[in-house]
Amino acid sequence: MYLGRVTGCVWSTAKDPNLSAQKLLIVQPLNTALEPNGRQIVCTDAVGVGIGETIYYCRGKESSFPFLPVEVPTDTTIVAVVDSVRVE
Amino acid sequence: MLIGKVIGETVATHKHPSHVGRKAMLVQPLNLDGSNRGDAVIALDSADAGVGDRVLLVIEGFSAMTSVGRPNSPIDAAILGVIDEVHLHE
Amino acid sequence: MILARVAGNVVATRKDPRLEGQKLLIVRPVSPDGKDEANYLIAVDVVGAGSKELVLVVSGSSARMAEGCKDKPVDAAIVGIVDSVHLEKKK
Repeated sequence: MYLGRVTGCVWSTAKDPNLSAQKLLIVQPLNTALEPNGRQIVCTDAVGVGIGETIYYCRGKESSFPFLPVEVPTDTTIVAVVDSVRVE
Repeated sequence: MLIGKVIGETVATHKHPSHVGRKAMLVQPLNLDGSNRGDAVIALDSADAGVGDRVLLVIEGFSAMTSVGRPNSPIDAAILGVIDEVHLHE
Repeated sequence: MILARVAGNVVATRKDPRLEGQKLLIVRPVSPDGKDEANYLIAVDVVGAGSKELVLVVSGSSARMAEGCKDKPVDAAIVGIVDSVHLEKKK
């Protein structure tokens, strides 16, 4: 999983039917110092997060598992809201 | 599998149920010479690892989710073991 | 599958119980013309490969189809020891 910050959301009307119930959020990946790292991505949301929150997201096929039995065509899903990060 | 170093941990109260009860550690993947290999990842811990430990890191869904005992969950990385020694031939 | 050379091994006492008894080897990918890459990965050995040997490594979920790796947390397995590689000569 990877750290990120929610920076916005995407509205889309014409989309895959299995994506229809999904909130699509824009996420800026972060490094361990919580600084932006790389290009922004679009994630589905498995926990209910808000814009501005620090989160971590899951990549790959596993991203679709929270939504089973619906097979949601997603490759990045937010799975936790991060309260704090401790790096030594 | 890769060699990783646990560099920290995250605290997250509000998270997917499959992540509850497992520590979410920040793990820096390493090259064989000990230098950093790419960016740090968050891995769920199945080996009771601590900050500073060198660990067996797997970034692959099935291995990760079954090692923490949560099949069919959104888990893409896990700590499978704590490394005692690495032997390089020559 | 990729060609790789055995470059070391890893010892871990505290690990996923399904990895107990498995030999964990460090392998470096090798191009078909024999050049070692700087990269590495840790693979489970199911064929008894030795130090410096050229081996066949299967990775991803297919690694769990190797002997004794079913349902184990394995993402790379050594499934063969390479005797020789023949390449068509470049024109």
